[in-house]
Amino acid sequence: MVEHGDIRVVHCGGSKINFRDPVITHDSRFLLCASGEAVKVFSTSTEECIHELRGHTGLVTGVLLRPSNHLQVYSSSLDGTLRLWDFTDGILIKTCVIGYPIYSFYASDKHENVIFIVASMPSDKRAERFQLVAVHLPQSGDQMVEAQELSAVLSGVNPNPAAIAFGRGGEFIASVNDLQLEVYFFKKQKSYRFFLKEDNKKGGWNTFTCVACHPKDDCIATGHEDGKIRLWRNFNHKKEYTYSTLHWHHSTVSSLCFTPEGTNLLSGGVESVLVQWRYNQESERDFLPRLGGAITHITVSPDGSLFCTSHSDNKITIIQSCVKVSAVIQGLVKGDSIRTDLMMDPRSKALVLNGKPGHLQFYSLQRDKLLYNLDIVQQEYIHESGLQQFEVVKAAFDASGSWLATVEERHQKAAELELNLKLWAFDEQTQSFVLNTTISAPHDAQITAMCFCQPTDSQTTLLVSTSKDGHFKAWQLAAPAHTEGTDDEGPSWLCDFVSAYHGLVPECCSFSADGSLLAVVFQEVVTVWSPSTWELLTTLSQPPGAVSDLCFGRLSCSKYLLGTTASNLLCWNLLTCSLEWTTSMDVRRLVADPLSENMAAFCYQSGSTDLFVFKPSEPRPLFSHKAVCSGKVTQAVFAPREEMLESCEESSQWLNRSQLYFLTQQMDLMTFTTKAEEDRLLASSKQLVIDDSVAMTPFYLLLGKHRQQQQEHQDSDSSLWAERTALPQTSASMKELLQTPAHVLPSTSYLCSMFVQSLLISVSDAREEKAHAEEEMESEKEEEDSEEEMESSRSKPELAAAAATESDTPALTKAQARELRRVRKLDHSWLAGLLDS
Amino acid sequence: MASFKPTKIQVYPKLGEKVTQDTLYWKNYKAPVQIKEFGAVTSIDFSPVTPHNFAVTAFTRIHIYGPFSQEPVKSFTRFKDTAYCGRFRSDGQLLVAGCEDSVVRLFDVSGKVALRLFKGHTKAVHLTDFTSDRYQILTGSDDYTCRLWDIPNATELTTYTEHTDYIRCGVTSKLNRDLFITGSYDHTVKLFDARVEKSVITMDHGQPVESVLLYPSEGLLVSAGGRHVKVWDLLKGGQPLVSLKNHHKTVTSLALSSNGQRLLSASLDRHVKVYNTTNYKVVHNFDYAASILSLGLAPDDASIVVGMTNSILSIKHRKNQEDSKEIAGQQRRRPSYRVFVKGKNYVPKQDDYLVSKPVKEHLAKYDKQLQRFNVSKALDTALGTYIRFRKPEITVAVIKELDRRGTLKNALAGRDERGLSQLLNFIIGNLVDARFTPVLVTAAEMILDIYQSVIGQSPVVDRQLLRLQDLVKREIEFQKDLLEVLGMLDTMFASSLPRKEVPCSGIATLDWV
Repeated sequence: MVEHGDIRVVHCGGSKINFRDPVITHDSRFLLCASGEAVKVFSTSTEECIHELRGHTGLVTGVLLRPSNHLQVYSSSLDGTLRLWDFTDGILIKTCVIGYPIYSFYASDKHENVIFIVASMPSDKRAERFQLVAVHLPQSGDQMVEAQELSAVLSGVNPNPAAIAFGRGGEFIASVNDLQLEVYFFKKQKSYRFFLKEDNKKGGWNTFTCVACHPKDDCIATGHEDGKIRLWRNFNHKKEYTYSTLHWHHSTVSSLCFTPEGTNLLSGGVESVLVQWRYNQESERDFLPRLGGAITHITVSPDGSLFCTSHSDNKITIIQSCVKVSAVIQGLVKGDSIRTDLMMDPRSKALVLNGKPGHLQFYSLQRDKLLYNLDIVQQEYIHESGLQQFEVVKAAFDASGSWLATVEERHQKAAELELNLKLWAFDEQTQSFVLNTTISAPHDAQITAMCFCQPTDSQTTLLVSTSKDGHFKAWQLAAPAHTEGTDDEGPSWLCDFVSAYHGLVPECCSFSADGSLLAVVFQEVVTVWSPSTWELLTTLSQPPGAVSDLCFGRLSCSKYLLGTTASNLLCWNLLTCSLEWTTSMDVRRLVADPLSENMAAFCYQSGSTDLFVFKPSEPRPLFSHKAVCSGKVTQAVFAPREEMLESCEESSQWLNRSQLYFLTQQMDLMTFTTKAEEDRLLASSKQLVIDDSVAMTPFYLLLGKHRQQQQEHQDSDSSLWAERTALPQTSASMKELLQTPAHVLPSTSYLCSMFVQSLLISVSDAREEKAHAEEEMESEKEEEDSEEEMESSRSKPELAAAAATESDTPALTKAQARELRRVRKLDHSWLAGLLDS
Repeated sequence: MASFKPTKIQVYPKLGEKVTQDTLYWKNYKAPVQIKEFGAVTSIDFSPVTPHNFAVTAFTRIHIYGPFSQEPVKSFTRFKDTAYCGRFRSDGQLLVAGCEDSVVRLFDVSGKVALRLFKGHTKAVHLTDFTSDRYQILTGSDDYTCRLWDIPNATELTTYTEHTDYIRCGVTSKLNRDLFITGSYDHTVKLFDARVEKSVITMDHGQPVESVLLYPSEGLLVSAGGRHVKVWDLLKGGQPLVSLKNHHKTVTSLALSSNGQRLLSASLDRHVKVYNTTNYKVVHNFDYAASILSLGLAPDDASIVVGMTNSILSIKHRKNQEDSKEIAGQQRRRPSYRVFVKGKNYVPKQDDYLVSKPVKEHLAKYDKQLQRFNVSKALDTALGTYIRFRKPEITVAVIKELDRRGTLKNALAGRDERGLSQLLNFIIGNLVDARFTPVLVTAAEMILDIYQSVIGQSPVVDRQLLRLQDLVKREIEFQKDLLEVLGMLDTMFASSLPRKEVPCSGIATLDWV
């Protein structure tokens, strides 16, 4: 337990920001959106994430401005709670426990203190039925309240938040599900239902997808799967209702929205075109094409000056009302599968993987921000389902980051595979990659692997690609033919060498660290070539099973070559050309740390993945972690750290120079952190309370200074109290007083006594001590919980325990030794000088 | 929001020869002037003095042409039989020629009647030349002898009978009055010195020698015979330097470009090849309509004159550089152009404040139509006459783009007979081009699918479909043949792979789990 108790697996690289429709605040300065278990607050002008509202323990399913107070926002979550936040300061004001997972929720001006939620009710039959439930929020000053008064409004509703809308400020509510539109009038307590036929003659598909109500008029707009928009009127009569049809979209309308004055209707769908219809003059339309991925949500700011669209490629576009894009908030794009491996851009230290169709995304891990998308395919993307598009399937960087090789392919039924190999040179001036060479059809079949020759000092860059057609090819940067033609281009890439081995299919290839050897795997045979002469030096084979992954050792372990088969991890010694050792495990991914000898092997065992970090030269793994995640891990990468960690514990030393990132089957990007690192991060985030949105008023300066002083005070205190852990945070109430915005605080008279009490020197404040004790107990309990978890996840703790005892004692002595060394190195000459004088 | 990305036109590597300095230089000739002579043109000789007239020996006549005239400025017709080898003296005043009737005639260039007759040979004389002192004449004949004659009193000075077959070519030294070289059908090239009785150097060419040529420095000798052109180093006693075999029929004539950097050889295979004289690589190639017998190059390469067996004389004049410049200048002066570029080529000065203007993106017509999803129109545009014939890669790229968008079927459908036959014509013309095949095969299949119900209604389309069928059948057979050859080569390569043993030693098995 103690062995790697401080190494944790954590999520990183932001979650979806396009899950639910974002909300723009009344002053149009902030944009709030649900993102995983938090609500993110973005600035609409700078696109920066200002802060996150954290507190939910389940997926956040909706964000709504509080109708009665536009500085507060409600959020709902699958954990069954509604929370009220102050989003300017990021403070949780109130938590309302509902008890059921909330799928979406609504509120309107006319219904004060009532929130309408969509929850799945444990109904009679097996099928999940969703109900729209009105929740009366209890009026009490407590932080945590439980909602008691629940009353069902509609049953059998769609959990999709776009399927329900309030009309005329809350007079009625419209809900669509399948082929039915239901309108419920609150005053009359009466609902009207309208049905459409399943299928009309022209192959249309009438299923409702979304609904929007005109804010002033009695008009409901509904979107349909065949791309039609219907405008319903006169719907408070059973029979005499009318509707008119608008048709521009060629496939499903996924979102509809009226502007606050009701003058325009906005619609969007798969085409990624925002269409603005004039209300009552529907023939006049404005278009904003090519916004990116398919539009999933459209929202309008309360003053109507900003529109914003969420897209399927995890992007939010902010659009001015004159139909002009003003800002783009882009998250990490996660497709259904990452076909390119995870890679590091050696230059920008960004994580590179494919994101938008036909693009490579560069994601900065340090700043948790998407740097840019590189358009690889450079073709107009046609938004149509069922169309085969070019996809980036492979990419590779050379060691210095000055060359990027990408492979794109498009496989059509009954047609030839289209393959393009593209080589991109880094342009210093524009600081981006520029296309240098396009090789169409570099191979006859799919390319299975591709790698650059590693050494940075060599003049010639070499790229090797292996393909399912049984060949591997070496590509080289060739000097331009000395032609005095009209427009002379720079050097371009040419095929230098083609080879095959007994007609077997090469699966992967790898260059040794110094670039003197190339290993290519042909199913069960590993062939080792010399890139300088293109001579087959030797073949290594280990009979059972095809080798699927290959890796050369680095630095002091460069004589080793590691390979994985379905059942074994193999290590060859290249000096003797023989197998050095082997261990039986199902390794799915083997990655080498570029900065050390360490290697990480992810192996799949009974439904979950285990991690082993080891040196090829040592028989014992440095670190092992059972059940890192469920499912298989097929993509991982070591990212070099910007600043090295100074951990001396043996188990976490491998994380000192680089960090290991991996993708789970659910497309979550995970990493390993140590406790020390987390502490440091926490400390740095505490200092970062300055809100860039707050103006620099004299009052702010005063308060800010005070806060800083307080913090310094705390810091010095905490260093003093490091040994005496039992003391409480003295000025808790003071802090509360200063950090909570004035408008949410209770009356001053109530606070006064508390404040004064806090200023007194608490020698024996029984109440506070008790509270503290409680706190401690809680935290202990938590620790216990986590311990239990960890233990349950470990199948064989005895080995770990043994290793722990081993690692514990030398670590201590090591630390002491280092301290001693440091003391010895200190310059004591000044002392001598002092003595002399 | 990104802008519309235009259709990517694949850049295909240029097939055929690479554009080099040489090709540019040798291509810079006007279209040839062709003159019909009375018989096969056996010899062309340029006058060493300006205006560099040239003598053309054809059948029983010798015509002298001026540099730009298409009519002969002078003709010598007093030959009883076929004339051979009309050559100018170094001052351009006299002309000597051999004849089938074994008499050698000496003419004044301005006169008409022969000044001297040299009689003594017993058979046709194919080689005549002046020595560098201008007072003697060298002749070589089919009676295996070569002789030196004195011009003033028309007497024979010496006879050399070393050759054992016809003497058909030879050259005198320009630097030394006593040296001359002859080439014979006995496969040898001999260097004679008039001061001694015998040949000084004998070189074995290996084939009947058709032509010899001395470098201006006279250290190197070039001989042509059979399919070979050989270069000999005279200063090393006739050591062979290079043997070139670039023609596939007998090489008949040789010439040096005026700066001595390039060597030209003409052959019966209808080609003239240009060699670089430093590495003896072929740098350019001219094609002619018939077998070439004689070749002449004007000083400064101002014109290339070629005589052929079909009695056509072809003259190519070099393009004047001022001419081309003038044309460009005229274009620039056109007023509409001036209005068009007005203010656009203004170079900002140092202190000027530049206001950047958004660059208006220019889209091709088919791209504009693609942007509006007008697929049929886009295909029509791409099938326009100019694009279809001059830039088929654009048409193919548009077809490919339509296919990618899944709308190729819509674009191909609904065409009338004219449109369809145009489309089929394009496909037939480009289908076997390996660069376009994958795209066009898809398109052709779709056309067959779409229009199979109307086959038989139009004779034009039916004929084209039959042609297409033929073409595909032939292509498949070619490919089969090629694959067979490939298979043969593979067997050969496979047998030359080395084998190595892999050592096997003890293996440590670890258990981490």
